[in-house]
Amino acid sequence: MCGIIGVIDRSRKRMDGTGIRAALSRMDERGSGEGAGYAAYGAFPDFKEYYALHVFFDNLHEIKPIVEEELSKWGEIEHQEPIPTYEQPNIKKVHSPWRFFFRPDLHLMPRSTTPGDDIVTHLVMKINTTIPGALVYASGKNVAVFKASGWPEEVAAFYRIQDYEGYLWLGHNRYPTNTPGWWGGAHPFNLLHWSVVHNGEITSYGTNRRYIESYGYQCSMYTDTEVVAYLFDLLIRRHGLSLEMAVKALAPPFWDEIDQMPEREQEIMRAIRLTYGPALMNGPFAIVVANQDSMVGFTDRIKLRPLVSGELGDRLYISSEEAAIRTMEPEVGEIVMPRAGEPIIGRAR
Amino acid sequence: MADTVRIDAKGMHYTPLNRAIKAAVASGARKIELDNIMGQRFIADGLRGDVEIIINGVPGGDLGMFMSGPTCIVHGNCEHAPGNTMDAGTIVIHGNAGDAVAHSMRGGMIFVRDDIGYRGGIHMKQYKEKRPILVIGGSARAFLGEYMAGGLILVLGRKGTHPELDRGIGSGIHGGKIIIRGDVSDKHLGVGAKKDDLKGEGREEITPLIEKFCVFFDLDPASFIDDRYYLITPASARPFASKYTWEV
Repeated sequence: MCGIIGVIDRSRKRMDGTGIRAALSRMDERGSGEGAGYAAYGAFPDFKEYYALHVFFDNLHEIKPIVEEELSKWGEIEHQEPIPTYEQPNIKKVHSPWRFFFRPDLHLMPRSTTPGDDIVTHLVMKINTTIPGALVYASGKNVAVFKASGWPEEVAAFYRIQDYEGYLWLGHNRYPTNTPGWWGGAHPFNLLHWSVVHNGEITSYGTNRRYIESYGYQCSMYTDTEVVAYLFDLLIRRHGLSLEMAVKALAPPFWDEIDQMPEREQEIMRAIRLTYGPALMNGPFAIVVANQDSMVGFTDRIKLRPLVSGELGDRLYISSEEAAIRTMEPEVGEIVMPRAGEPIIGRAR
Repeated sequence: MADTVRIDAKGMHYTPLNRAIKAAVASGARKIELDNIMGQRFIADGLRGDVEIIINGVPGGDLGMFMSGPTCIVHGNCEHAPGNTMDAGTIVIHGNAGDAVAHSMRGGMIFVRDDIGYRGGIHMKQYKEKRPILVIGGSARAFLGEYMAGGLILVLGRKGTHPELDRGIGSGIHGGKIIIRGDVSDKHLGVGAKKDDLKGEGREEITPLIEKFCVFFDLDPASFIDDRYYLITPASARPFASKYTWEV
């Protein structure tokens, strides 16, 4: 059991973090105080051209120089700073959150069509698997991630998320069940412009992990949600699938449902299922995934976790609970429950 | 103590809220009105007595769990599992409800004006005079009456003429009845469930329930009563005998 919420303003009008903090705190019952987090798109307008690499350091004096050296092999650090934090009674600062605004040297990955993204992905995987005491937990442009072990309101106060503005926010309140609660295991999980919040468990984690590792991704966060971020990056950025098709690959219709579809659709769905069999996610889940232009929510295909959505004007809200949406937007219109496995998508203009 | 008690629940956690409700019932309140309810779980859980609770807002999950006797009237939608293992009493929902409505319900009645989510009536059961009833005014999502062991689920499909159906109706059902207005095709039936036209006694049984539903939501019962219904029951007396036991 976890609590998730996402909001996108389609006109890219930014909101500060107060609303999502209140909404997520409404679902405190869904967490255990061992992990909470937020993502904000549009948070770094002054550095929007740079990859914002967020790192948890176990210590700064010894490990940070090693990470800087690694980064300097692939590009330039335009600016770096400690992520401002504010002491909270129940949050033990076991890591030092730091951010680098980084510009990769695109000439260094000549065969890639997305060299910047590939360099940054390579760096994230390399640092997370070879430099103990450093964990890159976010790496997108103009997206901030705030996470730690604690309750939603504590983590929000620890980073003062009310001081940041974003046109798209995600929030997550964690109730760890299968893996321990730790800072790196708090959601959102982020890679490049992808951020994921997830309630439930991916019981197909082993299969999914082997699949994405064969494409060069490496899991380092000891929890299932990590694979979802990598699967989205693989299917959409690298394979060019649409958001809708990616969701169909991860939570496909049953074969008997495919048999009932019109011929053309059947053909597409069969191809998707056969091509992406190892990407299929089993188990109970409700997930909201965002990138810089859109937000998508979906559940497992037999709907073992809650997910509802609502709209008001340019804003689309997706959450585990209606009360959370209404806390953020009391005037929200009709609350709808997306069908199992069916994506609900909001796109920014 | 007045007959009617009003509680402003704005920003209140469910523990003090439930304490206040229990205290009001103990001091003789017959009607309790809760304002600004927003996501508080477990409202009226385990509550006993002859009292009406009006809930203005969106209650959180497990409304009326283990409740035995009171009536809850919700002016808003419900989240998951209202009436979870409820023993007696009534829940009336002026809106939609989430997944697992009437989860393991063992007595009393639930009336939902609009739609419910997945697995409505999962594990409903009955014993002697205890027979739970769930009436859904709109449609129900997949796995309605999953593992159902007793009681009655009635789906009316108020919004359209007939309810929109989903897969797995009565999946694993081994007792009780699911009654659905309009047509039910085989592809919607779950494993171990069979369907028949609803006739005679069955129709007599649902008429008072439809009338009651229509009183709660101010509707005309005639069009519901004059329609065709399907009855979904277990395919045999012990449909899963061979799955869990070895017959000698």
